[in-house]
Amino acid sequence: MTDPSEALASANAAADRLVRAKRLNACITPPRELRKSLVAQAQAAHPSGVLYGMPVAVKDVICTLEFTTTCSSKILEGYHSPYEATAVAKLKAAGALIAGKTNCDEFAMGSSTEHSAHGRTLHPFDKTRVPGGSSGGSAALVAVGAVPAALGSETGGSVRQPASLCGVVGIKPTYGRVSRSGLVAFGSSLDQIGVLGRSVHDAARVLAVISGRDARDSTCEDRDPLRLPNVPESLQGFVIGIPKEYFPPDLDPAVRRACDRAIRLLKELGAAVREVSLPHTPYAVPTYYIVAPAEASSNLARYDGARYGPRFNGAADVRALYRSTRGEGFGAEVRRRILLGTYVLSAGYYDAYYRKAQQMRALIAQDFRNAFDRGVDLLFTPTTPTAAFKAGERLGDPVAMYLSDIFTVTANLAGLPAISIPIGRIKGLPIGGQFIGQAFLEDEMLEAAYALERVVPATEEA
Amino acid sequence: MAGPAGTGGPGGAGETSGWETVIGLETHVQVRTLSKMFCGCSAAFGDPPNTNVCPVCLGLPGALPVPNGQALKLAARAALALGCTVHARSVFARKNYFYPDLPKGYQISQFEQPLATAGSLSYLSPERGLATATIGRLHVEEDAGRSLHDRFPGYTAIDLNRCGVPLIEIVTGPDFRSPPEARAYLLTLKQVLEYAGISDCDMEKGSLRVDANVSVRRPGDTVLGTKVEVKNINSFAFVEKALVAERDRQIAVLEGGGTVEQQTMLYDSKANTVRPQRSKEGSQDYRYFPDPDLPPLVLTDEFIAEQQTLLPELPAKKRERLVEKYALSVTDAAVLTADRAVADYYEAVVHAGADAKMAANWVMTEVLGDAKDHGAALRVAAGALANLIGLVRGGTLSHQAAKRVFAEVAERGGEPRNVAEALGLIQVADTGVVAGWVSEVLAAHPTEVSRYKNGETKLQPFFVGQVMKVSRGKADPKLVQKVLEEKLAS
Repeated sequence: MTDPSEALASANAAADRLVRAKRLNACITPPRELRKSLVAQAQAAHPSGVLYGMPVAVKDVICTLEFTTTCSSKILEGYHSPYEATAVAKLKAAGALIAGKTNCDEFAMGSSTEHSAHGRTLHPFDKTRVPGGSSGGSAALVAVGAVPAALGSETGGSVRQPASLCGVVGIKPTYGRVSRSGLVAFGSSLDQIGVLGRSVHDAARVLAVISGRDARDSTCEDRDPLRLPNVPESLQGFVIGIPKEYFPPDLDPAVRRACDRAIRLLKELGAAVREVSLPHTPYAVPTYYIVAPAEASSNLARYDGARYGPRFNGAADVRALYRSTRGEGFGAEVRRRILLGTYVLSAGYYDAYYRKAQQMRALIAQDFRNAFDRGVDLLFTPTTPTAAFKAGERLGDPVAMYLSDIFTVTANLAGLPAISIPIGRIKGLPIGGQFIGQAFLEDEMLEAAYALERVVPATEEA
Repeated sequence: MAGPAGTGGPGGAGETSGWETVIGLETHVQVRTLSKMFCGCSAAFGDPPNTNVCPVCLGLPGALPVPNGQALKLAARAALALGCTVHARSVFARKNYFYPDLPKGYQISQFEQPLATAGSLSYLSPERGLATATIGRLHVEEDAGRSLHDRFPGYTAIDLNRCGVPLIEIVTGPDFRSPPEARAYLLTLKQVLEYAGISDCDMEKGSLRVDANVSVRRPGDTVLGTKVEVKNINSFAFVEKALVAERDRQIAVLEGGGTVEQQTMLYDSKANTVRPQRSKEGSQDYRYFPDPDLPPLVLTDEFIAEQQTLLPELPAKKRERLVEKYALSVTDAAVLTADRAVADYYEAVVHAGADAKMAANWVMTEVLGDAKDHGAALRVAAGALANLIGLVRGGTLSHQAAKRVFAEVAERGGEPRNVAEALGLIQVADTGVVAGWVSEVLAAHPTEVSRYKNGETKLQPFFVGQVMKVSRGKADPKLVQKVLEEKLAS
């Protein structure tokens, strides 16, 4: 669209759809505020932008000027960022409309969007289930068509896992592809803004806009924005590796069937399919749960009630202020990870945990390099071990919750790009398949995803 | 409680009999940059509180650090000036602790892989002569903000202007054997860093801060005693006093049969005592780990070589060269090289044609005297001073007259010869005129003349003085002497 009246219509239609999706508790921006802002943004947007008039919802861990940024935490209740994330600024410069903030697990810590100060988000097709997480609000809104795309963030699979569970596309770019400036940090060496979209194309065009160098982030690579590939006629010449560690004997048979069907289709598209081994895969989740909490324990130290955010009760001294603010402001899962992270960095434990985890992380990354060095272009795996689980089911068992990310954390640990696309249904619930690509070769990964998306019966039982 | 304050001479030497003092210093130096270490905010000192802040140095959610290239250049230059090995790869690390003036809850510093290691600095020990301090490491970090406990009664105010200002930390080995020695090292360090343009090293403004590790042991012991960290030494004037106070405290404890506890002491300059820092809950564990927001700092050989070429000649080298090139005494060279601006000025005067020895005397007396009264300003241009010295050497001006001309040029400017002429100070070297003055004086003092002629030759200076007086300082003293001798001999 290039006409201001179309942008305005798009803004109002998005506001209408977001109101209708209210039952999901996926968008945390109040409807009236949201509509007012969308209209104002549509009037201000520049018609020449490549995303002119496109509504894009933004996960609440990404700083925006239009709306509060609370990270779904009591400790940032009412917090207005005085600056906006680079990704958001780039979206706006491309003419997109920021369509409110989406619910998520507190500080992006979780896999179900149940750990939120705003309450849990419902699965779009079954209100007794979770949408996945932590970008569950973004996934749910895209799944019901309220927005064509939304920003999420990943530390261990928080875009791909809810994309898989909600039946949408989720892309986690290469670490350093998208600026992290304005993304509230959880595990800085793993964090990356990602995109959820109705289709590979919707997600990819948003990713292309937000990608590229940024002087505000020292870990963002000095590269031009991603260029979108064409939809390929076939996958002739592609070598796709199937890592056997991602298909353990106890894998849900329906997930296996969905993946087998997708692999068959990849072959029919002309790709050569080859089994590969990534032997350190079993150590990925334990490694992740040392590295991410360690970084989180430091990243979240700034929330102490001294400068911004609410203070909880009149404290006698500064130590008491810290204790009450952090004790009451953070939810249980965040506190658990801060304690875990503090422990693994402590004198006497650093070598046993943190240093060892860094060594294992290097081995996991080397596994991928080895596979790619042997001529494999891409890997294909299930995104999640199961379809959407029941709300509350894993709240009492953190390890079961952590294992939801067993197939996704590796790409974060290795810094590689990955995409989840819907590949079928299990008893009516969506399930995703994942491509993991080589660093900064998102274009190849997108080509394969485009091709598979066109032929895979994504809404059929596996 | 603190032990008795030192009562002996410098360093309280009287009380150390039977004990050896061992001191190591950790010096934090603010690097002279316009902006902060990891953001674009001004690093200026003294601006209204909390005006030089942004999301990065305020530690707002989502804000990320980006290193200041100029700060890294200066840090590398400092390391090279101290003879350190600058590492091609160093790593920023987070030092985690909670404090209200530390907005992120951690300080970005360096830990396992510092910017530079293994340097040394030679300095003149008051007791041992030329001594060498080892520099164990030099690393880069950001400063914290300031907590003001006395600004508002019952409250602590936080000023975050200083938060994020670039610092280097320079850590010595346990190399100093007395408080005066530690002070001598610090002054030398300050001189080197000022020379190299790293920092203004102003302790009063906090741009140089020093913490000391102090222990005592019996002479001949090879094992170090328990070290105590002394903080809050806020002025060069207090360095020795604080170290003496802590040393004497430890000796008193040990001589009283006690043991020294490892702890942190704060120096109280008003009471001239040290007192233990309020103990934090448990011992502090900073949980250092590599900062994931900052890639390892990689410096190329070219970068390091360039910083080396950008280093000016350092004081020790300059001192040696001045002695060699201008035949100055070591003491004079030391005075002239104490400050880089003065040393450069001295050389400029010589290059402008002045005699090296005369120039040294002029700079050490008139120039430095004038600078002392005028905020260290060198008010007479080097070329003008060279001309002035030339006038003295050529006999055009007497030394006395030249000092008046110097003062006049310093105050109002102008070319020395013109100023001297305007003041009527040009020496009269015309024998006829001088002879006239001499005759006048001899006529006015017949008694002295006859005494002189009777052998009281020590009266000669009296006659010279009288002639100078009559000539109002304009007579050439050598000519006066010559004419006098002739006239009195006749």
